[in-house]
Amino acid sequence: MTTNMLAEEVAESLPPTPRQLALSRALNHKGFMTGGVILILLAIIAIAAPLIAPHDPFAQSLSTRMLPPVWVEGGSWEHLLGTDQNGRDYLSRLIYGTRVSLTIGLGAASIGLVIGVTLGVIAGYFGGWVDHGVSFLLTAQLALPGLLLAMALVFIIGPSVWVVIGIVGVLHWTYYLVVTRAATQRIRSLDFIAADRAAGATSGQIIRQEILPNLLPQIIVIFTFEVGIAILAEASLSFLGVGIQPPTPSWGLMIAEGKIAMFYRPWLVVLPGLCLFVLVIGANLLGDGLRDITSPEGRN
Amino acid sequence: MTSPLLEIQNLSIRLKVPSGVLHAVRNASLTLNRGEALGIVGESGSGKSLTAMALMRLLPKVANVEFDTLKFDGTDLGEVPEATFTRDYLGPRLSMIFQEPMTSLNPVYTIGRQLTEASVRIGRMTNAQANTRALELLDRVGIPNPKARMAQYPHQLSGGQRQRVMIAMALMLEPELLIADEPTTALDATIQTQIMTLLNDLRREMNMGMILITHDLAVVSENVDRVAVMYGGEIVESGRSGDVLAAPAHPYTRALLTAIPHMGGEPKRLGAIPGTVPALLQPPKGCVFAARCAHAEPRCATERPPRQGSDNHHRLCILTEKTLAELPPAVPSDPLPKREMAHEAVLEARHVSRVFHSRSGLFGPRHEIRAVDDISLSLKRGETLALVGESGSGKTTLSRLLLGLDTPTSGEILLDGQPVEAMDGLRRADLVQPIFQDPYSSLNPRRTLAEIIARPLALRGMGTARERQLKARELMERVRLPERLMHSYPSQLSGGQRQRVAIARALVTSPEILVCDEPTSALDVSVQAQILNLLVDLQAELGLTCLLITHDMAVVHQIASRVAVMLDGKIVEEGPAAELLANPKNAYTRTLLDAAPQFRPTETPTMEATS
Amino acid sequence: MLRYILQRGMLALAVAFTVSLATFFLLNFASDPAYSIAGEDATPEVLAQIRETYGLDRPAFVRYLDWLGSVLQGDFGTSYYWNKPVAELVSDRAGATITLALSAVMVTILIAIPLGAWAALRPNTLVDRFALTVAVSAQAVPNFWLGLIVIILFAVMLPIFPVSGDDSWRHFVLPAFVLGASSVPAVMRLTRTGLIDVMQSDYIRTARSKGYRGFTLLTRHALRNALLPVISVLAVQLGQKFGGSVITESIFAINGLGRLALESILGSDIPTVQMLIFVFALIFVAMNLLADILNAALDPRIRIG
Repeated sequence: MTTNMLAEEVAESLPPTPRQLALSRALNHKGFMTGGVILILLAIIAIAAPLIAPHDPFAQSLSTRMLPPVWVEGGSWEHLLGTDQNGRDYLSRLIYGTRVSLTIGLGAASIGLVIGVTLGVIAGYFGGWVDHGVSFLLTAQLALPGLLLAMALVFIIGPSVWVVIGIVGVLHWTYYLVVTRAATQRIRSLDFIAADRAAGATSGQIIRQEILPNLLPQIIVIFTFEVGIAILAEASLSFLGVGIQPPTPSWGLMIAEGKIAMFYRPWLVVLPGLCLFVLVIGANLLGDGLRDITSPEGRN
Repeated sequence: MTSPLLEIQNLSIRLKVPSGVLHAVRNASLTLNRGEALGIVGESGSGKSLTAMALMRLLPKVANVEFDTLKFDGTDLGEVPEATFTRDYLGPRLSMIFQEPMTSLNPVYTIGRQLTEASVRIGRMTNAQANTRALELLDRVGIPNPKARMAQYPHQLSGGQRQRVMIAMALMLEPELLIADEPTTALDATIQTQIMTLLNDLRREMNMGMILITHDLAVVSENVDRVAVMYGGEIVESGRSGDVLAAPAHPYTRALLTAIPHMGGEPKRLGAIPGTVPALLQPPKGCVFAARCAHAEPRCATERPPRQGSDNHHRLCILTEKTLAELPPAVPSDPLPKREMAHEAVLEARHVSRVFHSRSGLFGPRHEIRAVDDISLSLKRGETLALVGESGSGKTTLSRLLLGLDTPTSGEILLDGQPVEAMDGLRRADLVQPIFQDPYSSLNPRRTLAEIIARPLALRGMGTARERQLKARELMERVRLPERLMHSYPSQLSGGQRQRVAIARALVTSPEILVCDEPTSALDVSVQAQILNLLVDLQAELGLTCLLITHDMAVVHQIASRVAVMLDGKIVEEGPAAELLANPKNAYTRTLLDAAPQFRPTETPTMEATS
Repeated sequence: MLRYILQRGMLALAVAFTVSLATFFLLNFASDPAYSIAGEDATPEVLAQIRETYGLDRPAFVRYLDWLGSVLQGDFGTSYYWNKPVAELVSDRAGATITLALSAVMVTILIAIPLGAWAALRPNTLVDRFALTVAVSAQAVPNFWLGLIVIILFAVMLPIFPVSGDDSWRHFVLPAFVLGASSVPAVMRLTRTGLIDVMQSDYIRTARSKGYRGFTLLTRHALRNALLPVISVLAVQLGQKFGGSVITESIFAINGLGRLALESILGSDIPTVQMLIFVFALIFVAMNLLADILNAALDPRIRIG
């Protein structure tokens, strides 16, 4: 046998590329598709809120206070989901509430991402004392009662959308850190990193060009989960009165406002809660799905 | 004549996988007599382990097992219900040991508990009896101070000791059949021999049947009476091991034999088998090996091959006795290319040491590990220096020092006469490049082959993207990778192909030295031959200098010009390969050479068939 | 083992110290405590007067050391808002919160572990799907909303448990369920993946080759390994239940630490808030230490290094 004969590979069709595989898995993943559709719909509603909302969400009207939804006796088609205690159209407020939730979710999750991923990659890559230091920071952060601290800080600094985004973001980076740190440690020990170093790459080049691209799927997965977590955190703060302030339509705040009348007009509490549930479950399904798709061996 | 201990007719196993149904084992037939040892040999994915797992009923639920006959000691195992099987067969009659001694014992329970629990649970022994038996067996398998060991946990034992414990555990109830699935693959060579000897002795003492599953023909040639060669889920050849190994009759077995580096004589070019193992998503229409076979005829692709030969030695192949007799013997014969060697040193280590400090916790005592201990070594232009040693000898640490991936605690490393420490990373990379053991972890899974190969150029900002791509194509040709793979990802390739990519990347900056750390030990024999041949060819074509780190003496014999033997961070012997392998001076070198599994088909006693 | 515990203990102390430092500076720099005491429209003279009385004119670090010193001597300061020693406030209210937190974790254990284990033993079946649906939904339900819904349901349709107050064990059933539900997804997923990993491990294959199957295999060879990580997570969850009691206690009108915290925040009572955050962090640290010790006791790889 000659060398050239050996070189002749037995012709067989190649297995699909990672991208093709991921795409076909994505299309076949019910959870991912459901989550994706929910989020896309809600994003469209948030962006096009002024076009969709039937009324001005801030317009008060004493004559139309506490109207029930259309399917309850006394409801009208004019106010599909009824009105609140100030006579504002509930449907319009729910539609505008999508904006608040998504803005805070995306904003806070992005802040957490920057902090957590930076710390995680640095700790995982450099190891040693840097890692010890970051791990210590992590333990300390986990020990702090997050919701309570957020409440206190938002209250002291003064509540506004931006303050809520900032504080929720600054307090939610541990999940990114834990995952990226472990993943970086794993990738760092692989031979292709050693090969890259042997080829003369600097630590900066290795982190940016070899490690981060490999972390990307996991970071996106956590981001989608963190969007949900941040949305719930904002809703809790607003519910307790130390988050978004009236008259801004935040779902959490709407639940707090509806609480007084919840035994007689349960929809005031049920509807914004359902909105929160659908939005967060959309994000979680998307995250779960992405995880299945990007690392099929590690479901859950 | 009594019935055989084990008789399997036409065993087939199908596995449901995400991409379809894997026809993992097809129509496998085996017979094993009491007290006899059967070797099942095959490369990864050949179905050899699955066959054993099916016998033990250890396959996952997604597996579908069918057979015509599955008889153990005359009893049809197909008729034995699960409860009876687990109580009366697993342990007292059938027993198995596995490849991974490090993970096969439960970390949270003591050795004693794990040894004794099963026998007590099924009511075969009392606690006291089980304890006595366990102590006896631990002593028999060579565990010092068995009493103390019984109270210890797996993590307190070495890998070799854990495998001994596994063996003792499998023998608690004196099984009639012991299945050993790659029992020594994860262990160092010196321990491998001890474990194989132990298994053989125990088998004779207890008159057990044994099935030895392995990828290593040398292990088979030394240890079994009968052998079955599996390829692509089928037993392509089987018979008395002496007959099969001395006069292989299936082209696959023949090719496999020429692919193994032999220890004796002048090294010859290995007979690598082209291509890769077939994916078994459809049952083949013709012969499973047809696509890679040197003797294939058109009908091989369309017709199932006939079963030929006697009961003592048969094969699935169209080749007749007459054709076989005319074929040349199945040993490598082509000479290797000559290489130029100079006397100047391109890489030199002077009194290099690397000391690691570890501390068990914040207050624990500090330990000092001298992984590399005052080593001086020089690598001459054009030569291949093999650095040999067992795990923990410091050979990988030394290679990392030489690559500049780590800095020595003391001493100096000179590359082309200049101290490597003062050297810029890119300059160093122009001189020396690595090839690693695990082709699955040495390539970035998110890059295409072209990107991976051209990565060192991109780091240097050399050329445009287009030029780099052309260079990558050139290198792919050099390592005999088809051009159509250029834009594919590592996950689409086989292990051998990936290792070629790693070699191409190492060569793209035209370095003078390659440091190859166990470059073939993660690969199957046939693929190992391809890679070893490639390395030898490249060295001749490009005048490369190689540092080869390995534990495999046959590989050393195949491609090294000089050898350095490492033990506990020191070099204990160094010299020209031919001389050192033939007349080792150092006692440790001799131990290593004795332990190396030798392929010697002629030494296996060929008994007359008694039927 | 002793060295290990000592080491974890030192780490816990260091964490507690860091947390106290962080809390002190975060809360004292985010606002001027003098304003909180005097009110937003106080004159500069009044503010200066207050700063002097409360020692707020001294450098922050001195104030921190002062605070830490008193805490170490058992003096937890005086609440501006309640005009009572903080220690008294906390000890009066701790009982309800401890009851709530412990029963919430019990709820989590009772739901999450059996469900996770069941799903792990039947992966990709209906059971598994059901468990996963529970996890995904429980994760997406806003906890305070769940509380309100539970109240609406039980108050109106099924009045078997009281929905407000803390007078008897019956009062704690619903709050414990609501608070415990929030930990179900994490604990269930961990039990499930942990057990699946263990069931696929080499040593389980060994046990199967020795004739172990089904329930015996699970209890004799898999459970202990799979539960090791669950213990740590349960400790973390228990530690977080105290901080998480804010919402549940305010919805179900339980007079515990969480409600105290909310009222103190709304009353700008920074010393009390600071002390509560510190106490919650201490509890968390203590729970983690407990988990470390338990893990060491159950895992010989830690016990005998």
